[in-house]
Amino acid sequence: MTVRIVVVSHSDKIADGAVELAAQMAPDVMMVPAGGTSDGRIGTSMEKVMAALETAAGGDGVVVLTDLGSAVMTAESAMEFAEGSGTVLLADAPIIEGLVAAAVAAQGGASVHAVRRAAEATHGYPASRAKPEDHMAVATAGEEPGMQPGGQPADLAAPDASADFELVNLAGMHARPAAKIAGGLSGLDADVTVNGVDGASMTGLMTLGAGKGSVLHVEAYGPDAERAVAYVAGLVRDGFGEP
Amino acid sequence: MGRVAVGLDVTWAVKWLTLSAQAMAEHRVELIELDRAIGDSDHGENMDRGFQAVLDKLAESPPETPGAALKLTAMALMSKVGGAAGPLYGTAFLRAATTLGDAAYIDAAALAAALAAARDGIVARGKAEAGDKTMVDAWTPAVDAAAAAAADGDTLAVLIAAAEAAEAGAVATDPLVARKGRASYLGERSAGHRDPGAASSALILRAAAGAAA
Repeated sequence: MTVRIVVVSHSDKIADGAVELAAQMAPDVMMVPAGGTSDGRIGTSMEKVMAALETAAGGDGVVVLTDLGSAVMTAESAMEFAEGSGTVLLADAPIIEGLVAAAVAAQGGASVHAVRRAAEATHGYPASRAKPEDHMAVATAGEEPGMQPGGQPADLAAPDASADFELVNLAGMHARPAAKIAGGLSGLDADVTVNGVDGASMTGLMTLGAGKGSVLHVEAYGPDAERAVAYVAGLVRDGFGEP
Repeated sequence: MGRVAVGLDVTWAVKWLTLSAQAMAEHRVELIELDRAIGDSDHGENMDRGFQAVLDKLAESPPETPGAALKLTAMALMSKVGGAAGPLYGTAFLRAATTLGDAAYIDAAALAAALAAARDGIVARGKAEAGDKTMVDAWTPAVDAAAAAAADGDTLAVLIAAAEAAEAGAVATDPLVARKGRASYLGERSAGHRDPGAASSALILRAAAGAAA
């Protein structure tokens, strides 16, 4: 069984389309769209959201993604009404990127909390980590001796596991590989960076723009650090199942 | 002799909701105009549609307690309003219903507590505070006035105090600059207009008093 996902949008078409898109990368995850009002207008409907929550109940928990303001309020209200039917978590994440990341994490068997984390990691870079272009600037300017090119302070404890891997697949890092890496890592108890970006963030990995022959420097902290590095190693070695 | 009035019952609740629906229909254009000035001009239409749905539900499955009537209202509003007012009013009626439970009669203290729970639900859902130019600015004075009036034990007095305070509170939103909701995008330009949510809240609380008179 996996975590299931409910998508609440003001638009029926957005909810359906987002689910259709994410299903390409997570074919086994139940995703239930709840878009528009019950009479087909733009807006959100308690009835629709509650019906979606009911449909999604019975798995390993439900993560809810929403679009604009009142969709959040409708989702919260529906959760208040539907009290006590398993774990239901609201993810604060962009609806498309968040859904794809959540779906991939759920496909990889992540827990309901890990699925929400995967969705929320698409919000952009965590404040504690710089963007890749910032690393470049730091590395070339050389004005901040306290920082290494990886964006981590030099005096930070060494990672519990780390390794370098060369991308062998033709297309290099793109959406599907990024989704696989982020999805698997979000289910592990480890903080992982890949070339300085959050390894559990699909969008972060995609911004690396790493083509065939690029080297991924992986650093992992935490109890599952070894497993995390081994997981990335396996994916890269197999070319993510691509030519 | 000696028999204390037992309080408001389900007949009052149904009448309240019916009068609210009438008020939304009567003031539909006015609410649309208020919302056109600082929002997206759908509040009157949404509230009218929502309360018509409440009337349908009341006719379909007549409630047996005031709490049941308010819970049914919550569900209908959340499903049919569409805009942000749906979950806000829905949560208000739901929290009030939860506070009242299965009680057949509501005394003044329970009434004041239910109004406070409704206001707290709106605050929890909308994250607005007093002075943000939202429906909270009608509800908070209403809750305070109701609590003060409840000491005398007269439910009608509680409802009249709440309605008057809500109306004054709605008028007092005119000069405020919106800090929540669609109107907040307008910044300073939102001043000089009444908040539509505060206006509809005052109408609903006036209907509650009218139903008990």
